[in-house]
Amino acid sequence: MLFFILILCILVILYVWYLYNNLVASKIRVKEAWSQIDVQLKRRADLIPNLVSTVKGYAKHEKNIFENVTIARSSLLAAEGPAKKALANNQLASALKSLFAVAENYPQLQASGNFLQLQKELGDTEDKVAYARQFYNTAVLEFNTKIQIFPNILMARNLGFTEVEFFQTQEEEKKKVEVEFN
Amino acid sequence: MALSVYSQVENNKAKTWLIMAFFTIFIATVAYVLGQSSGYGLSWAGAALILAGLIGFGSYYWSDKMVLAMSGARLADRKRDFDLYTVTENIAIAAGIPKPKVYIIEDSAPNAFATGRDPKHAVVCITRGLATKLERSELEGVIAHEMSHIHNFDTRLMAIVAVLVGMIAFLSDWFMRIVWWGGARRSDREEKGNIGAILIVLGIIFAVLSPLVATIIQLAISRRREFLADASGVLLTRNPEGLASALEKMSKDREVLEAATNATAHLYIINPFKGKNFSAWFAGLFDTHPPIQERIKILRSM
Repeated sequence: MLFFILILCILVILYVWYLYNNLVASKIRVKEAWSQIDVQLKRRADLIPNLVSTVKGYAKHEKNIFENVTIARSSLLAAEGPAKKALANNQLASALKSLFAVAENYPQLQASGNFLQLQKELGDTEDKVAYARQFYNTAVLEFNTKIQIFPNILMARNLGFTEVEFFQTQEEEKKKVEVEFN
Repeated sequence: MALSVYSQVENNKAKTWLIMAFFTIFIATVAYVLGQSSGYGLSWAGAALILAGLIGFGSYYWSDKMVLAMSGARLADRKRDFDLYTVTENIAIAAGIPKPKVYIIEDSAPNAFATGRDPKHAVVCITRGLATKLERSELEGVIAHEMSHIHNFDTRLMAIVAVLVGMIAFLSDWFMRIVWWGGARRSDREEKGNIGAILIVLGIIFAVLSPLVATIIQLAISRRREFLADASGVLLTRNPEGLASALEKMSKDREVLEAATNATAHLYIINPFKGKNFSAWFAGLFDTHPPIQERIKILRSM
């Protein structure tokens, strides 16, 4: 009997040991993936002052729009955590959309090489954010699944692991609404 | 789904060991038979194996540089090749690997390949023709396919296999030369009479057949890797249509890639010698790639 209990104890210790290391590795992967998103959001924010000053050179009167973009940019830089950053990023995206809509009224601006280059860079940064998000969300999904399945769920919280937030964008939220209406 | 890709990588690494073990035995057998039959015996086999091994290791270790030199590629520039360069950065982010070096071959035939012994030394190479013909989403599909070869360690597997096949070709080449020039200890062999003659005939059969067998194995491995790279590439872009329409564009183009040789053909995303069409059944054995229409069909059904 004593022998049996001893074996059981050893098995439990081995399991917890394995679980802990496995979760730490997963968590590090999530952190790395997050830092990639962070880098790309920062890059996006860095492109904006340049863009604003380029557009200003051709369209001085659109003060409101410049203000919106600048505010959205600084709130993106100030935001902490996936949910807030995603929200700020979406706000910046819509502010930029109206900036580009206005820019269409200025043919000279459209023809400027600097503007075209910035537009390309911004488009590429958006792609990068999307891919970094995909990588991050995959890592989060894997991690969250690991801490929620049985028997891990019995131990994970006691070891200090809690669920991580996904990084969601506008398109996904829109899709969700559509599904509800159907 | 992501898990299945991880297990594919593990599977691929294990298979690499298996293939290396198999080829080592195969090469040793060939070396032994050829050694016996050339009359130099085991010392010849040993020396040949060591030399071939050294050459093999060198060409494995510097495989990326050798292939690039052979195809005359140059480094892509972020400004000039903006789409190509940034798409590669993006897919590397999606795959979670360091950005491979991007090279361009100045050739109008559309094609692409990846090489390098591990993700840190990886190289993606694309022809000028492909870079200009494709939309950004199609380019993403192609780069994701190449990146999957790197991520799945296909590039390593294929580099090793190419080296092993090269070793066998080297051994049999050497043997044929010895037979041609008469070999050593001719008098010894003459004394042996019949057995010597049989050994020579056996050696010649081995020398002729073994490179053929090795090549068929190599090509079979290469074909399977292509399907897997298509699938895991789509997992990165989440857009099967991109790669499908890129493949369609490439299949419509009949131009033959001049930078490709028989030694590098298996690396490319589509067969660079597509102009040559054999209809015989055995030609299928020597295809480096599965039929392109089949690949498009599978992609469109995803």
